Amino acid sequence: MLERILLTTVVLAAGWAAPAAAQTIYPINRAEILAGSKFDLKVEFPGAPMASDVKVTVNGKDAAEVFGKRPMIVEWEDGNKLTAYWLRNVSLPKAGKIEVEAKVGGKSEKVAWEVYGTPKRVAKNVIFFLGDGFSIAHRTAARIMSKGLHEGKYGGELSFDDMPHMALVSTAGTDSIVTDSANGMSAYMTGHKSCVNALGVYCASNKNTLDHPKVETMGDILRRKTKMSIGVVTNSEIEDATPAGVVAHTRKRSDFNDIVEMFYDVKPDVIMGGGSPNWLPKSTPGSKRKDETDYIKKFQDAGYAFVATKTEMNKAVAEGKTKILGLYNTGNIDGALDLKYLKKGSVSKFPDQPDVAEETRAAIAALSKNPDGFFLMVESARIDKYSHSLDPERALFDTIMLGNAVQAAKDFAAKHPDTLIIVTADHAHPVSIIGTYNDDTPGQTPREKLGTYAEAVEPNYGAVDAEGYPSNIDVSKRIGFAFGTSPDTCFNAKPYLDGENVPAVAGATKGTYVENPKACERPGAVHITGNLPFDASSGVHSGDDVLLTAMGPGSEALHGRIDNSYVFRVMATALGLAK
Amino acid sequence: MTDPHSGSFRKRISRRGFLAASLLLSTGRARAEAPTPLTFDTLYSEFGVRGLVFSPIVKASAGRAVSIVGYMAPPLKAEAAFFVLTREPLAICPFCQSDADWPSDIVVVRLAAASAIVSAGTRVTVTGRLEVGSAVDPDTGFVSQLRIVDAQYRRGP
Repeated sequence: MLERILLTTVVLAAGWAAPAAAQTIYPINRAEILAGSKFDLKVEFPGAPMASDVKVTVNGKDAAEVFGKRPMIVEWEDGNKLTAYWLRNVSLPKAGKIEVEAKVGGKSEKVAWEVYGTPKRVAKNVIFFLGDGFSIAHRTAARIMSKGLHEGKYGGELSFDDMPHMALVSTAGTDSIVTDSANGMSAYMTGHKSCVNALGVYCASNKNTLDHPKVETMGDILRRKTKMSIGVVTNSEIEDATPAGVVAHTRKRSDFNDIVEMFYDVKPDVIMGGGSPNWLPKSTPGSKRKDETDYIKKFQDAGYAFVATKTEMNKAVAEGKTKILGLYNTGNIDGALDLKYLKKGSVSKFPDQPDVAEETRAAIAALSKNPDGFFLMVESARIDKYSHSLDPERALFDTIMLGNAVQAAKDFAAKHPDTLIIVTADHAHPVSIIGTYNDDTPGQTPREKLGTYAEAVEPNYGAVDAEGYPSNIDVSKRIGFAFGTSPDTCFNAKPYLDGENVPAVAGATKGTYVENPKACERPGAVHITGNLPFDASSGVHSGDDVLLTAMGPGSEALHGRIDNSYVFRVMATALGLAK
Repeated sequence: MTDPHSGSFRKRISRRGFLAASLLLSTGRARAEAPTPLTFDTLYSEFGVRGLVFSPIVKASAGRAVSIVGYMAPPLKAEAAFFVLTREPLAICPFCQSDADWPSDIVVVRLAAASAIVSAGTRVTVTGRLEVGSAVDPDTGFVSQLRIVDAQYRRGP
């Protein structure tokens, strides 16, 4: 730790003494911008030069003239030694190459953007599925669990495997090679890559998290330019990064109370997830708001049916409601393993929660009443959360659940072939199938029980139920599903039947984590020395590419290796959003 | 009940508790009553999406001495007079990490005096006076529904 602190000091000192850096222009170099979409142009001139000395041009013309607006120029913005040049909420209506130049004194900095148009709309509906952290091994292991593997061949396909188009998606952000769910989703929903923790903004020097230069989200554009319906469906808290990505603009994904307000600004027609405390007025016990605004009431006043259980959700759909706000848990909705079999987590408190597939069917029923079509985002959020907690069975059940949700969309598309369906992930986890844990081999500990190569025998999970879930996971031969990262923890290679794994807990030294003593009491548990920095409490994301599969009009553009931001362009093109 | 790791610690607390009890005896009978034991399972009688409802025992204990067993969440400072008590050990530090959030049924603890903290994997018993109802901490902006103030804690249940 000391080394890291010293290094930080040196870097800071060097930064202080170094000559002023070059001007920074947002959107950044190589940005691809949908023609007509709104964005904030910001240039930061280091050294805080006088406002009269800075100049910004677009294809050689004064930017103010091009955008027909007076810039706001702020010297020493937020106390930073820079001069900020702002043209907020501007757009470029025509496709073409754009060069932006920022000059001060004799110094010039340039970026190039591509503004793209879209041909005629080909898709009436778009359903975008995001398996959070959904990686290759989740896909393969879920297929083994749900379809069976015998003599090297599977007993069937998962719904997202059986699609005509496939691409490899790179998810890195502007700041790092491994990104998070906020930035990963933001790229899909805006077409712009940004940095960790950011949603719908570029990461500039602003101190206020809501002041950073914005780019329009899919939700913003659809609301401003079309009459399409919008749905946002998840099993995480609805304010969490992925669902928030449809509507939000903040440098900090944890601005949950602001994000609820951003949902209200865009008003997606269907909103479903957990996380009700940020919707309740401060005086209600259980609220996490800091004001007295009752957002559930505000949405009801705006014509929404508010539902808090699966029964209420299905009733609202049966009654033909087209605007539904569903909040089914104070935290995340429980994952499929707890909902269907183990009844752990918060199932005793919230016994009537829908799963993601049920939410998807309800959302499609409500949204598809709109003759102008709909855009639906569906997330299976806890593939990621359970991979952070190093809990394979829960992550894999939620991968099977994603497959069931995708099947609901495919069933709809079978009758409505003008529907583009995309299934992908926001980032990877370092997960792999390394063999089979076999309790029939002698010994108690994971290394004694792991069969590799020829000893990696077929698992014997219980018979698969109607929804494709194995009816028993506590079996003698289990998939050896390995996590490439961990804090210090204890591990016994058995499923976590009493509730989600908690690998580590905060240590007595601030900012450090130690193995969870409860995990070490499990039979056969061994100590695992972590390979992560000491401030990591759980497994981390990886920078590997993720897979995308797609079907329907416009999906043929998805092949080869692509950047995550390109997927937005494919959806915007299919919907003809540049018009 | 035996806790081999903290024998001297427990003794010190007991002595302090004894002194406190003596003082309380001299200042008023009502405050010297034995603390009402609360549990995380009995804090709320309703736990729903539309909000929580305090249980009758919590309502009846408002302003009175209570005790509760839970886990100390990672606090803001190494030496703290303010910490959050949770039902289960937290794998996360919501103060430190942006993608984390607190469970709904937390209890905020204000210690009578700043004290060193223990690992989040250790169970602690907190004793003090119960405050009921929404409040925003003036220093941190932290919103809480239940607080135990003038509190002390000891390791173990």
